[in-house]
Amino acid sequence: MRNKRSTEDVAMGIRRRVFEHSMRNNGGYLSQACSAAEQLAFLYNEALNLGEPVLPAVPRPFAGVPSADNPDYVTGAGYNGPFEPQYDRLFIAPAHYALVAYATLIETGRMDAEGLEMFNKDGSSVEMIGAEHSPGMEVHNGTLGIGLSTGAGLAFGRKRRGESGQVCVFMSDGEVQEGQTWEAVQAASHHGIDNLWALMDVNDQQCDGAMDSVMEVRDIAAKFRAFGAVCVEIDAHDLNAMRQAKAEPHEGQPLIILARSSPTQGMSFLQKRFPRLHYVRFKSEDERAEMNVSIAAELGIDPIELETH
Amino acid sequence: MVEMVNRPYASAFEAYAVKHPDVLCLSADLTSSCEIDGFRDRHPDQFLSLGMAEQNMMSFAGGLGLAGYRPFLHSFGVFLYRRPYDQLMASVAYPRRKVRLMGFLPGITTPGGMTHQAIEDVAVMRSIPNMSILETGDATEVESICEAADSIDGPVYCRVLRGSVPRLFDSPIKVGEMRELATGADVLVVTSGIATEEALRARDALSKAGVSIRHLHIHTIKPFNEQALLDHIGSVSKGVVVLENHVITGGVGSLVAEIMADNGVGKPLVRLGLNDTYAHGGSRGYLMKHYGLDAGALVRGIERIIGASTGIDEEALASARVEAVHSAVKAEAL
Repeated sequence: MRNKRSTEDVAMGIRRRVFEHSMRNNGGYLSQACSAAEQLAFLYNEALNLGEPVLPAVPRPFAGVPSADNPDYVTGAGYNGPFEPQYDRLFIAPAHYALVAYATLIETGRMDAEGLEMFNKDGSSVEMIGAEHSPGMEVHNGTLGIGLSTGAGLAFGRKRRGESGQVCVFMSDGEVQEGQTWEAVQAASHHGIDNLWALMDVNDQQCDGAMDSVMEVRDIAAKFRAFGAVCVEIDAHDLNAMRQAKAEPHEGQPLIILARSSPTQGMSFLQKRFPRLHYVRFKSEDERAEMNVSIAAELGIDPIELETH
Repeated sequence: MVEMVNRPYASAFEAYAVKHPDVLCLSADLTSSCEIDGFRDRHPDQFLSLGMAEQNMMSFAGGLGLAGYRPFLHSFGVFLYRRPYDQLMASVAYPRRKVRLMGFLPGITTPGGMTHQAIEDVAVMRSIPNMSILETGDATEVESICEAADSIDGPVYCRVLRGSVPRLFDSPIKVGEMRELATGADVLVVTSGIATEEALRARDALSKAGVSIRHLHIHTIKPFNEQALLDHIGSVSKGVVVLENHVITGGVGSLVAEIMADNGVGKPLVRLGLNDTYAHGGSRGYLMKHYGLDAGALVRGIERIIGASTGIDEEALASARVEAVHSAVKAEAL
């Protein structure tokens, strides 16, 4: 089911879908779609070797947390295909990118569009902050910084079992402020875990605003290299650069691709909101209407029909 | 004279792990302190050094669990939950990974002071959904802890004794059960871990003083056999005393209190342990006496229940084992 559409087309679809959803729901994680659309499109549409989904196209409601009394519990990883040795595994480390990740599942035919209607609704598994049971998710990453460690452990185990499938962690740059990220890189390097790679959305944004104003992280490429990873920096909106970066040899080391992105790519109107882009809420109905017209035009679609409140 | 067993965990873990290839031995820079240095040297392929980085180790173990492995994490108990608590929750407990947390130096069994003493670990672990808790009280339990822990479908935290450990029991841990060490009719004494040895020290003196003790040793703190405890409480006339190497909040004493309250049991209860205080660095014998965790403290607790003096003084209690802080039988001081 790969490559039915071009990755560029999928990326455009992700932006349009997240935009439409945010317009209808009075806000959302718009800037994450701007920065990460190409990255998630690249992962699902061409970079990852994933099998056919094994869960229903319309997500089931929340069916309880893992417990000894809940034997039928499953994670949302089935939307990424079955757990077979040859297939890759993907963790979405910044769980607040869930809306963008769900949009990607829809654009790549892994989930019905109806699934997004359940977003952030009580009793739904399509949660605002992606949980283990949310479509496309396999582990809880809502506490930022734990994703790469989990990926390293899974990759070590898969390598030990001789499985050919790789482990990919989609990350966000805010996570480099967490010490655990560096613990994970040094461990992956120390143990030669080279079936592990990460694609990091480096949009220089975090919840409080621009990262430099919150906590400077300096030259993270140099830091990743110093901790033992192979690190490549690219333009996050240049798919050919992304393809080349993925092909970078990294024998005996994890590969970290720093995808330097614009948090307003494809939705220039959001520049007016800079640097508070983490979660975009409309300040007024007028702003909402103005944004609707402006961004729709840039995305090449008609303005979204809004319900009157 | 009680038999002393040197480093029971070292040989027990090795014997168990070599038979179970999906068991991996993880260490966070306390390899000899957790008695797995010999295993590391003889089975390097099954040993994984993760350095002094417990947060990564915890999530990494969650990833290994996803790959079908059953990692045994070795560190001091305190380092397995205080710093990596978030990772313990999200990467291990929530998804019910089969991660075995082998926590050494429980409570005041370390001279390392506050930073090294896991005094509230049971309280923390009891409150975590999906978590099981085992505690060893003698060499036989240490020898059986690996198999017991690995039988659990989900994560488990174990309080493990190390170094020179007395042999008090002749049967392995059976998860979910409790040991009935005396079947008297006046006072129920409930102990776990090293507190059990203290209770045994007081046994003869209490008997001579005419106090009939019913004594339970708890190795499985969660899950817990509530009905068995209620039956024992129903078999004594006076009340219950709990002694544990832990703060009295949230541990075995609290567990007993909750069960009594939940079931409307109106008998007196005395909870002994660290009473809302940190400890400091010192020898185990000194700390147990100073903080009221020893046989003498237990006798005073029993006197509160029966409302009378037993006349038992320190001399009447069997002598405590004395271990130097820097004993030769320990791998190292800490």
